[in-house]
Amino acid sequence: MADLQLPSYLVQSETVKARFDELKRRDVILEVSELGKTFESANGPVTALEGVNFRVHRREFVTVIGPSGCGKSTLIRVLAGLEAATTGEVLLAGHPVDTPGPDRGMVFQGYTLFPWLTVKKNVMFGLRNQGLGDADASRDALQWIQLVGLEKFADVYPDELSGGMKQRVAIARALAAKPRILLMDEPFGALDAQTRSKMQSYLLEIWRHIDTTVLFITHDLDEAIYLADRILVLDANPGRVNEVIEVPVPRPRSPAQFLQPEFLSARQRLDELIHPPSATEEAAGLDLSRFVGSGEKTDAQD
Amino acid sequence: MSSSAWLAPRIALSPKRERALTGLSFFLPLLLWAAVSYAPFIWHPNIEITEPGSVSYFQEGMQVERAAFNEELERQRAAGGSLPDGVRANPVYLPAPHEVAVAFYTSFTTEPQRRSEQWLHQSLWHSIQIIFWGFMLSSVVGVPMGILCGTFAAVSRIQEPFVEFFRYLPAPAFGALAVAILGIYDGPKIAIIFIGTFFQQVLVVANTTRQLDISLLEAALTLGANRRQLLFKVVIPGILPQLYRDQRILLGWAWTYLIVAELIGTSSGITWFITQQARYQNFDNVFAAIIMIGIIGLLSDVVLAKLGKTLFPWERASHKA
Ligand SMILES: Nc1ncnc2c1ncn2[C@@H]1O[C@H](COP(=O)(O)OP(=O)(O)O)[C@@H](O)[C@H]1O
Ligand SMILES: [Mg+2]
Repeated sequence: MADLQLPSYLVQSETVKARFDELKRRDVILEVSELGKTFESANGPVTALEGVNFRVHRREFVTVIGPSGCGKSTLIRVLAGLEAATTGEVLLAGHPVDTPGPDRGMVFQGYTLFPWLTVKKNVMFGLRNQGLGDADASRDALQWIQLVGLEKFADVYPDELSGGMKQRVAIARALAAKPRILLMDEPFGALDAQTRSKMQSYLLEIWRHIDTTVLFITHDLDEAIYLADRILVLDANPGRVNEVIEVPVPRPRSPAQFLQPEFLSARQRLDELIHPPSATEEAAGLDLSRFVGSGEKTDAQD
Repeated sequence: MSSSAWLAPRIALSPKRERALTGLSFFLPLLLWAAVSYAPFIWHPNIEITEPGSVSYFQEGMQVERAAFNEELERQRAAGGSLPDGVRANPVYLPAPHEVAVAFYTSFTTEPQRRSEQWLHQSLWHSIQIIFWGFMLSSVVGVPMGILCGTFAAVSRIQEPFVEFFRYLPAPAFGALAVAILGIYDGPKIAIIFIGTFFQQVLVVANTTRQLDISLLEAALTLGANRRQLLFKVVIPGILPQLYRDQRILLGWAWTYLIVAELIGTSSGITWFITQQARYQNFDNVFAAIIMIGIIGLLSDVVLAKLGKTLFPWERASHKA
């Protein structure tokens, strides 16, 4: 790819630059400073995160990418309050968070819909917790279900839905509680490629229509670029923010942009960060002769 | 196709085959019983005397072992006395199927021998009440306790080690104690059912509660659920179908404690009926009563299973049975 004459990912068109300028003037919704997380495991302490710093502005869409095991899930679980930070601080709209709360909606990879509740009742769950009456909660829930295009399935149990539909319900359920930020941990990771790309467009469409900030974890490079205003690239061992990329692709996004130079330049940069040249050399250095040798032998026997 | 094989690992049978095998599972033991009862050459170790002959201690209708009969026969033949006669028979404790079938009806119509005694249906009803109260009391305490153990580590730590110890103590061992404390009537019997069920119940329910996918609790937390809402709106509904299945199995265990329980203090219920009939050597009635216990147990379980399907409609989408 390096041979292609790509512009630098740092080059932004006027509209993109204007958008980032405007974005940075908005309030900071989430501020993470010097965040660290160490697990006490049987084999001694495991440092999953160390010295993580970043800010997310209101209505911003931030994706987090990094190699498997680098602490992405840990990060989002600390933000959600499901895991306590070992060091550092998380501020949500200026207030420190340490317990889970409805101000941070969460969508997990594993759907986590309540199987004993219908789609509508699932979406009503957070609303009822907040003390909304049955009728109001039901009306609100139906609106959210409509937004994700599942009004026909309001009275169906989750087990009767496909994976993509389940995740749409999960998004509706999280959004219905009116969180300040939506935290998503590889929400489309379990979906097939086709459904996945549909869901990405859905999510952008929903996000365009409502006032919400999104922090979205993925290990798919294209997904990270396609959705994001900015991408946090995490390093592994210990997990820390290696680089923040401002995606130079203009909005509104569409899958056609995957082949445009801005997209490819960002893609190239991510490639460099996630698959550094040293990794390729390491792979080349693996001693595979043993396997190759035995392969030849079998060939000869056949 | 593998589905056409009878023994495909973990593959469901067709409904037709399922029905056929269900029928067979009852028919085969019945067939065996009938064979042993009606085909004299299979077992029939005794001779039922039809003609005592000159043997002084033989009486008509009496059963003797075949060897003893043959010995007497030879002796009379040698002595020139009149020869005894008889037919091969099974011991009285193994009545034939048709006798037991008749007993199913007659045991209900047989009048109690003494005033103070009960009709069969009264005995049965008494047994069912003992089971009901024992199981009910156990569940009222055991199920909430199990749920708390499965939800809160602290509750589990303070409770489960002792429960784990106690469940190894055989419930009948507490019989004498129960009588001393609760008297000789229904109290100690209910207590034995309780002891036999309760400790298992706490552990089983706690385990079921722990099986609930923790990410459902986490999802609820991020949706603003407090501890109370977690327990009542997530944990309990989440485990309900499995809890129901557990309760069905535990109810079966409660039945197995019934007989010992009813022997404690004054013998009562179906156990009293069985021991009484055995004393009178009415083994057809004994068999009928034992089979009745089985039928009541099986029927109640089938009814509960059917009920479960309508109680938990969301399970229909994903699971079968
Ligand atoms: N509960 C835990 N106890 C011990 N180690 C953990 C725990 N959760 C995660 N880890 C470790 O922390 C690191 C980061 O995990 P995770 O956040 O799940 O990574 P990712 O989501 O990026 O794949 C891994 O090395 C993992 O083994
Ligand atoms: Mg993860």
